[in-house]
Amino acid sequence: MPANSFNGETDYGIGIGLRVPHYQHILAQKPTVDWFEIISENFMVDGGRPLEILDQILEQYRVVQHGVAMYFGSADKLDREHLRRIKRLVKRTKTPWLSDHLCWGSVDGRYTHDLLPMPYTFASAKHTAEKIRAARDILEVPICVENVSSYAEYHVSEMTEWEFLTEVVELADCGILLDVNNIYVSSQNHHFDPIEYIDNVPHHRVGQIHIAGHSKFEKYILDTHDHPVLDPVWKLYERAVRQVGRTATLLEWDDSIPSFDEVHEEALKANKFLHRLEAQPA
Amino acid sequence: MKLNQPKAGSLTELKELQRLMAATLFRPLNSDWGMQRKWTNGASMSEVAASFIKPNDRLTSFERLEIYNRQYWYRVIDCLYDDYPGLRAVLGEHRFLKLCRAYLERHPSQSYTLRNLGSRLEDFLRKEPAWSIPRQAEALDMARFEWAQIVAFDGPSRPPVTVDDLLDESPATLRLGIQPYITLLSVDYAVDRYLIAVRKREGNVLRGEASNAMEQVPRALKTRSRLRPPRPERVFLAIHRFDNQLYYKRLEPTAYRLLSGVQNGLTLEDACQTALGLDSTNTSAAQIQTWFRDWAELGWFCRPSTKIKS
Repeated sequence: MPANSFNGETDYGIGIGLRVPHYQHILAQKPTVDWFEIISENFMVDGGRPLEILDQILEQYRVVQHGVAMYFGSADKLDREHLRRIKRLVKRTKTPWLSDHLCWGSVDGRYTHDLLPMPYTFASAKHTAEKIRAARDILEVPICVENVSSYAEYHVSEMTEWEFLTEVVELADCGILLDVNNIYVSSQNHHFDPIEYIDNVPHHRVGQIHIAGHSKFEKYILDTHDHPVLDPVWKLYERAVRQVGRTATLLEWDDSIPSFDEVHEEALKANKFLHRLEAQPA
Repeated sequence: MKLNQPKAGSLTELKELQRLMAATLFRPLNSDWGMQRKWTNGASMSEVAASFIKPNDRLTSFERLEIYNRQYWYRVIDCLYDDYPGLRAVLGEHRFLKLCRAYLERHPSQSYTLRNLGSRLEDFLRKEPAWSIPRQAEALDMARFEWAQIVAFDGPSRPPVTVDDLLDESPATLRLGIQPYITLLSVDYAVDRYLIAVRKREGNVLRGEASNAMEQVPRALKTRSRLRPPRPERVFLAIHRFDNQLYYKRLEPTAYRLLSGVQNGLTLEDACQTALGLDSTNTSAAQIQTWFRDWAELGWFCRPSTKIKS
């Protein structure tokens, strides 16, 4: 299922995150890249260099917006000014779908700038789904929500994380940005089986997949996006694409960023799994 | 102390749970960069954490919550660290950290973007001099200067007015606007030259973009030798951008007053008269013409945002 209504019926291949240290290389060398993912909030500005760069990128490449601050799970109402700015950017990028996280991060108008885990309750699933629906109605573009990595769980949770994700996306009738690195990180931090997670989400709703690196500490794993993708995450990726099918895949590398070529090469390793998939009989 | 276990069975309960968690994250770290051991009411923080966060076989509820508490502070301090290298150099790393902590405790972010994190720093430095004395004046000038650069980097612009657009206009009635991304500053210290020295020492630093996690230690903890404080000198500056590159340009006092008059809505004629009335250097008409031509070429002028009646 390469194209579905949750990714705007597109068939994007393997992309990488557009990051400042690579701007010069991309604009000068014009490397072949299937698509770039941008952090929406970095370009929701009124003018200046960020928009100039974005416009130059848009002349050459396909761009998909990925947000970090819509906070669908926050009990606060949607921030109308934030949505207005996202919509302005949507018109500029013509993103076929956009994504943000299944998390919360602000309360009473004060922002943590973090992707905080949700309490997995039916009430919070309902509230979150209503906000996703409302955002989609305003933005008029398909939305995929991304599972986050987490380091804490709440006593009040009534279901597993994948059950909560399923509940939210079914109620909101939206897509999933399946981050297999986040699944791995959380599975290690919370002792669950990542394969059970991947096997039990609604596969037909997956519009995009994220892969990334992480850092292992003595007692927990942090989602640092500063390493190549590790083997256990590739294994989960293989499992995911077997279930979901060939899906737009993006490598996130946000800290200690190496050269453009190194990042792109790492992302293209995903092809190995996609080709294996294509070689299999239907 | 027996604590009630927060619930999330309704929107109201979800909000209460999120308020509690956010309050724990916004609470400053202790001197060892760990979560404080006592809650605001004197209760054990371990008990507060255990009331809503599950432990696992490796981490207590306290330790799990502490990961988020640390990440919050590392993230926001790193942001100010990147955005205010000059202020950091003026105060020194240690005092800068103390200032960040006090400022962010008083003014947690109210914007979806970290770009606006320092928007109330100037006001805070004015109202709470304890965090910057004996260098309050230098710190204030530097904070204003560095915030102006953030505005110039990605602030809004309006269609520029060119010299040709002005040919048929009478200076007696013509009012212009200054591009909203431009800040005109009058400072008492040579903060521009000081910042150049700071940047030369440090190299330009780019803010991390989208990682969910931060380094294990904020960069502000890494100490380095201090520069001498900025030199006292009355300086007039225009912080602007050209071809989307950031610049700060020193202005003659008369030029600064003239531009300020234009920015404040005076007619061109009144702005010139006001500026020249205070001019002790006998600025010539030719000089003013040259200034205007240069400024127009830099795209500094636009139409005023609201029509002002003469």
